[in-house]
Amino acid sequence: MTDDSSPIQSVKWVGSDRAAVVVEAGGDIDLHQSARFQQALLALLDERPKKIVVDLSGVAYMDSSGVASLVKLLARVRRNQISLILAGLTDRVRSVFEITRLDTVFQIVATQQEALEA
Amino acid sequence: MAASDFPQFPVRMSIVSVPAHLPVVRSAVERLCELMGFAEEDRGGIVLSVDEALTNVIKHAYHGDDDKPIEIVLRPTESAGQAALSIEVRDWGDVAEPAQIRSRDLEDVRPGGLGVHIMSSCMDEVTYTPAPDAGTVLTMLKRLNQRNG
Repeated sequence: MTDDSSPIQSVKWVGSDRAAVVVEAGGDIDLHQSARFQQALLALLDERPKKIVVDLSGVAYMDSSGVASLVKLLARVRRNQISLILAGLTDRVRSVFEITRLDTVFQIVATQQEALEA
Repeated sequence: MAASDFPQFPVRMSIVSVPAHLPVVRSAVERLCELMGFAEEDRGGIVLSVDEALTNVIKHAYHGDDDKPIEIVLRPTESAGQAALSIEVRDWGDVAEPAQIRSRDLEDVRPGGLGVHIMSSCMDEVTYTPAPDAGTVLTMLKRLNQRNG
């Protein structure tokens, strides 16, 4: 973990050309953590990846603040023609996307491996 | 304990508008819902709704100030012949205009404004009432359906 209180647990660049990046998030992503979460995600764009995988399997809880961070990232990656894939959503986190109907807007897969192969 | 036998006494929490307190409130709400016999899916929706209500108070009623009072009352009750949980969230901040607290169009994919939609989707009733002196009382109700417990 890069910071005890950070929702970002690790950032891994994949491939010799660093074309993809996998971000593993964890903990509760709510109003208290969402600004830090969003800042860390948007900072990845400076490295110009072709694909960003956000692995949420370690996230026990997410509210609309956390979802909004991902929506902001989605808007930015679309403008820059970067692929964004969410992986490993727990049932509770997935339900927030379903309630807000954002499960149809984001590309969501079961595992990090599946996201890298997509 | 059978769900309908749960003591109908309120659980009251007083917090200040610090986002770091949100996990504490969520844990208490989760545990009460579990003791009342709410199913996992409904527990998730209730916890999320309380979190969204508090988030809205901190962001919009108190504009991010972290020293303002919020009171939460969790009231096991009955509604329409069913056991239910009534939740009040009381603030003393700015009162939102009705247009500001309506659920927004989900086709408009953008950050923010999802909290009201989440609350109205997860709860059976959501009512905003301007408080007599200042602020707002948000009351939410969730019935314990037959499939629960």
